[in-house]
Amino acid sequence: MQDLNHLLTAAFVISLLTSGIRLAIPIFLAALGEIITERGGVLNLGLEGIMLVGALAGFMVAYDAEQLFAPSWLWLTPWLGLLAGAIAGMGMGLIMAVLAVSLQTDQVIASITLVIVGQGATTYLFRQQFGSLTARIHPLPAVPIPLLAKLPVLGEVFFQHDLMTYFSIVLLVAAWYFLYQTVGGLNIRAVGEHPAAADTSGINVTAVRYGAILIGAAFAGLGGAVLTVAQLGIFSEGITAGQGWIAIALVIFARWRPGLAFGGALLFGLATALQFRIQALNLQFIPYELLLMLPYLLTLLVLLRGTRRAEAPAALGRPYSKE
Amino acid sequence: MIPTNASTPPVVELRNIVKHFHGGVLANDQITIQLQRGEILGLLGENGAGKTTLMNILYGLLQPDAGEIFVRGQRSHFRSTHDAIAHGLGMVHQHFMLVPTFTVAENLVLGQPSPRKPFLENRKTVARRISQLSEQYGLQVDPNAEVWQLSVGQEQRVEILKTLYRGAEILILDEPTAVLTPQEVDELITILRKLAQDGRSLIFISHKLHEVMQICDRVAVLRDGRLVHTTPVQATNPAELSRMMVGRDVVLRVNKGPAKPGAVRLRLQNLQVRDDRQLLALRDVSLAVHAGEIVGIAGVEGNGQRELEEAIVGLRPVEQGQVQLNQQDVTNRPPRVLFNAGLGHVPSDRYKTALLREFSIAENLVLSRIDQPPFTQHGLLNQPAIDQNARTLIQQFDIRAPAIDTAVAKLSGGNAQKVVLARELSHQPQVLLVAQPTRGVDVGAIEYVHQALVRQRDQGMAILLISTELEEILNLSDRIIVLYEGQVMGECLASEADVQTLGLMMAGSKLATIANQQGGATK
Ligand SMILES: Nc1ncnc2c1ncn2[C@@H]1O[C@H](COP(=O)(O)OP(=O)(O)O)[C@@H](O)[C@H]1O
Ligand SMILES: [Mg+2]
Repeated sequence: MQDLNHLLTAAFVISLLTSGIRLAIPIFLAALGEIITERGGVLNLGLEGIMLVGALAGFMVAYDAEQLFAPSWLWLTPWLGLLAGAIAGMGMGLIMAVLAVSLQTDQVIASITLVIVGQGATTYLFRQQFGSLTARIHPLPAVPIPLLAKLPVLGEVFFQHDLMTYFSIVLLVAAWYFLYQTVGGLNIRAVGEHPAAADTSGINVTAVRYGAILIGAAFAGLGGAVLTVAQLGIFSEGITAGQGWIAIALVIFARWRPGLAFGGALLFGLATALQFRIQALNLQFIPYELLLMLPYLLTLLVLLRGTRRAEAPAALGRPYSKE
Repeated sequence: MIPTNASTPPVVELRNIVKHFHGGVLANDQITIQLQRGEILGLLGENGAGKTTLMNILYGLLQPDAGEIFVRGQRSHFRSTHDAIAHGLGMVHQHFMLVPTFTVAENLVLGQPSPRKPFLENRKTVARRISQLSEQYGLQVDPNAEVWQLSVGQEQRVEILKTLYRGAEILILDEPTAVLTPQEVDELITILRKLAQDGRSLIFISHKLHEVMQICDRVAVLRDGRLVHTTPVQATNPAELSRMMVGRDVVLRVNKGPAKPGAVRLRLQNLQVRDDRQLLALRDVSLAVHAGEIVGIAGVEGNGQRELEEAIVGLRPVEQGQVQLNQQDVTNRPPRVLFNAGLGHVPSDRYKTALLREFSIAENLVLSRIDQPPFTQHGLLNQPAIDQNARTLIQQFDIRAPAIDTAVAKLSGGNAQKVVLARELSHQPQVLLVAQPTRGVDVGAIEYVHQALVRQRDQGMAILLISTELEEILNLSDRIIVLYEGQVMGECLASEADVQTLGLMMAGSKLATIANQQGGATK
């Protein structure tokens, strides 16, 4: 019981918040991308597969670059990895776009195919490339922000992260701005709400939906790469562990709004961080499997407190054809 | 009048347009029409004549199988609406093409190049331009209102504004009056005239003769995908046009004797119901329908008709008030209970609510009684009984279909409606709720449906008719109740009703108020 008191020290809370934020990032990026895709009327349930592909592609590129590059260029390798993750994600997105938009396949089936492909391909490639070797790369270093990082409590919680974490906030703002203030964003939202109206306004529905899927998939791929390249420095089979699915739930919880998605991802991140810490305490009376469930359970419970269906993009999941 | 100058080519010329749809429908067969600058050309034809298809081709939404399009004398090929808009075309569609969650301004700039690309154009500049246009043509709307909050009439103004905002010189309006009150129709006509005077050219689609006679300079009549005739309106008359439209003489007036109302069969008391957005859709609606009469609910679409229909048949929760069938309270009971209590229902959306499109006619005809003998025996379907039932009803109701196992999806609108009617009447309900019974139904079938309803009335059925076609209400009803924003505006006998008063009620004036203003002249 003495151990439980540790839970409430200031140091504990600070480290909990800090790692909560960090753990939220991959899932947040995937959810943010999915918001853009769904706003365009396409339901892409394949995030889990796309994240895995992004995670492995990022890891492999960063790994090879580390082997090849001169020491003075090593700082670049994680960024190449992250870029590779986003591009690999777009590759998966292209498959989805062809299936769902051009061929008008059922979107649920098409995107679940992506999950299966992503899981199978990453498992196979990873084993083939690395065998049982435990390959490691150098994750992104933390970059304290001058002055702000020195603030008591706040400094440690918010201003001592790696650059990718800060960049994610930039992406949040950019995505919001894109959706609501640009022509591209307006077109995406129109195509998701009322594709026929967009069509009669001279908008190419197919092209816009391709765009929405590719952007969304790039975000999911990046999210996967952040996990392996920026944060953990390793890859293992199924490393995303269902985060792609939680991201989809987050989108609903967030009512298709970027800001709320960030909040939801933080909740998941905090629950995961808490779970790690309780595990570390080695409490006998809570089985460790139960703790593993905690973040998922908590997130789902929050989600259960209903989102009205009416807020979903009206044409979500429906292929568009004129004739 | 139109300056018919031989040297100026028509603004638009369609030559020998042909369009087939999958499934063998020949929607347009060698159609050739011309539109002159500054004229209003009427495109008249029954439902399914091919009017919308022809205009969608002109607007670049559909590609013709054959034929040519000339705009201002130049051969044009529109691969998409984008091309058509660039050539100065604009179209107001039959089903509005507005994004409901967007503001008016957002809908107008949608698809338009922005001077600040990739960012959206400055909101204030856009709003100013919209206000200018609104004033010029009397199309009052708030640029910052979200479209879902607008009334149908306002939405239509936005649609017209949208085409003007995009600089359209050639305007196509597809059945623009279908959703308007008579007064709103008059306003629309004024606006269209002004547009034509400004040198714009308009194509006005309708299946209503008197409107075409009133608005257009020339009229082109389509029937079954073919152009029957083109003529200046002065040179024709409604009787001739209707003959060309239908291919024979029609009497749309239903012959019926006076009603002999009996006991109250259906009673609604202070009904309060919410719509899908949880806004109040019906407020304090009370009415009674007696055996042997037809009560018509008039009103512009979207004023609570759908909610009323759903609340009565048990598909939508009733928040307050009561629904009584034969003096028995059936509020919020499931549809099955209501069905057993003697309620029949011919729904407004027959493909969503009444029919299973991919199922056969025979199956659809027994849908509501499939679990009862003789159609089910010992838990198994009795196919011979189902088929026999279908053969009887197909004959009795004159359903034109190749076979009893034809999928309902393959039937025309009129025949599909007869399937619904046949099924609902075959279990002899005491109360029949009929909503939009002739929407998308050809003229021949309209006559049939109307006569069937009157026959049932004469045999003592209580019929509640919900329709947005005022003519239908006037023709069929014994009493008329007007619904506006979910409230009853007033009630009158059909024999004493006049269109002017009904129109005012449909636009939100209470009968009592109108009567006062006119010094009681209506009653
Ligand atoms: N997208 C489509 N696919 C198949 N058939 C269609 C389609 N659109 C219209 N049709 C058919 O083409 C014919 C003409 O329809 P339409 O042009 O809508 O007539 P109108 O506008 O005169 O009522 C009808 O028989 C209709 O069922
Ligand atoms: Mg039409």
